[in-house]
Amino acid sequence: MDGITQIYILWIIYLIASVLFVVGLKMLSGPETARNGNLVAALGMGLAIIGTIFIHPGKEASAMKLGLIFGGIAIGTVVGWLTAKRVQMTKMPELVSMFNGMGGACAALISLIEYPHYADSPKRVLLTITLGLLIGSISFSGSIIAYLKLNGTLNKPYRLPSYNIVNAVLVLITIALIIAILFVPALNTYPVIFGLLALSLLYGVLFVLPIGGADMPVVISLLNSFTGVAAAFGGFLYNNQVMLTGGILVGSAGTLLTIVMCKAMNRPLFNVIFGAFGGGTAAVDTSTTGGSVKDISTTDLATLMFYSKRVVIVPGYGLAVAQAQQIIRELETILEENGVEVKYAIHPVAGRMPGHMNVLLAESNVPYEKLVEMDDINPEFPTTDVVFVVGANDVVNPAAKTNPASPIYGMPILDVEQAHHIIVNKRSMNAGYAGIDNELFYNPKTSMLFGDAKKALTDLVNELKTM
Amino acid sequence: MKELIHFLGENIELLYILILSIFVGIEVIGHVPSVLHTPLMSGANAIHGVVIVGAIIVMLDTADDNYLGLALGFIAVILGTLNVVGGFVVTDRMLEMFKKKKK
Repeated sequence: MDGITQIYILWIIYLIASVLFVVGLKMLSGPETARNGNLVAALGMGLAIIGTIFIHPGKEASAMKLGLIFGGIAIGTVVGWLTAKRVQMTKMPELVSMFNGMGGACAALISLIEYPHYADSPKRVLLTITLGLLIGSISFSGSIIAYLKLNGTLNKPYRLPSYNIVNAVLVLITIALIIAILFVPALNTYPVIFGLLALSLLYGVLFVLPIGGADMPVVISLLNSFTGVAAAFGGFLYNNQVMLTGGILVGSAGTLLTIVMCKAMNRPLFNVIFGAFGGGTAAVDTSTTGGSVKDISTTDLATLMFYSKRVVIVPGYGLAVAQAQQIIRELETILEENGVEVKYAIHPVAGRMPGHMNVLLAESNVPYEKLVEMDDINPEFPTTDVVFVVGANDVVNPAAKTNPASPIYGMPILDVEQAHHIIVNKRSMNAGYAGIDNELFYNPKTSMLFGDAKKALTDLVNELKTM
Repeated sequence: MKELIHFLGENIELLYILILSIFVGIEVIGHVPSVLHTPLMSGANAIHGVVIVGAIIVMLDTADDNYLGLALGFIAVILGTLNVVGGFVVTDRMLEMFKKKKK
């Protein structure tokens, strides 16, 4: 086959792959088709990869290079597959963040390797390479920080003094450096490129570090779209259509998803990135609430629930951490058998990512229709006998409505305080993930059930079994 | 100015792809229920693993004696594959659960 026919075949493969990406993404956004959509997109990816390896025109590929490529793919496949299969579902947001960082690093490496080959090219090519490096590196280091924050290694927002100014200055220096590389030939050298790499990595760290844990889903989604854009720059560099479409698709879809998530929390993206959350402001808030909390015993709670008509469970990340998804399902079954209507109220940002809680509860076979979204369940709270809050905190914090000084002010919450009884299961009186106190606990209608969620729920289920 | 016009003109097809892809990306996920936000983000995460194609091209274009280039390219291929395979598998795991309870 002659060269040009080969290239055309590759282009056609890329076209098919791009269409499969679009169709896959579309299918992913409907519950019925989502799983097949994922497979469709994966098929497109497989086509693009195989096509590139075997048809990409260029130097004769030596056996060594092909060996390295297949070796790399084999290692990546085995490690990626095993990690993804073995990870606990509670740890999934970290994992998505980690994989995202890998993609960013891949894009940055491509720019690093290609730079010497294109150093004398027109400015637009250099710009593509430097921007790919910049965004890929930010995405990489930012994702790693997000990963460390989510898995609890970095559990406090670290804030340099006037970090907004520091970050802004860093951005300006980085942009200036890119312009310098483009227009000052003396600076168009490898060491300066490494300087740019270092600055970008540093910026990624400083960008994510001050952002509080509750905003981490938004950050991951944003970094996700960053990596998409970095991949698209690779597409520009190589005139490679599939990288371009794939990257831009994720870039725009990811940006939209980020905005949708921000809307769910009623926090403008600007505040997420530049505003304070948790930490400093939390200390002020703590002093404003106070009063006494009352306990409830397992027996009393079992009786209360047993004679209720409607119970709404508000699950939070604490439930998942305690691995209590199964036992809460058991609680639901027992109550239903005794004629109690049980529903789950799912806040848009329950868990660590939007939809995370649905995934976790689905894992323990909770029926889909029992998971009720915030807007649908809120009107039902006044007729609910018992609201059982398990391991959730910020999403039921009335301060979001009543206290303009609160960092979560304006976030839509579950109106649990309208129910007749509110039972909160917590390990201790510690503040929630966002680091702010919750006056719900001091509400006269609220009783606290202290203890590890799994143990407390097991006791509760055992108690109910005897009734 | 002339440079800019030439730049746009020479890359007009890529610009079409760029702009239409932006709209497709926005349109395609416009009405996603919040239940699916996480799987969707994860699926999109896997799709930007298409950067692996770039890593493979780097490897194919790098000279056989450019060991540093080959080494970095090798790492890039591994990282890109991790992104792709890990991304799709973890998404599938999330969605598998949605399917089960539907019966």
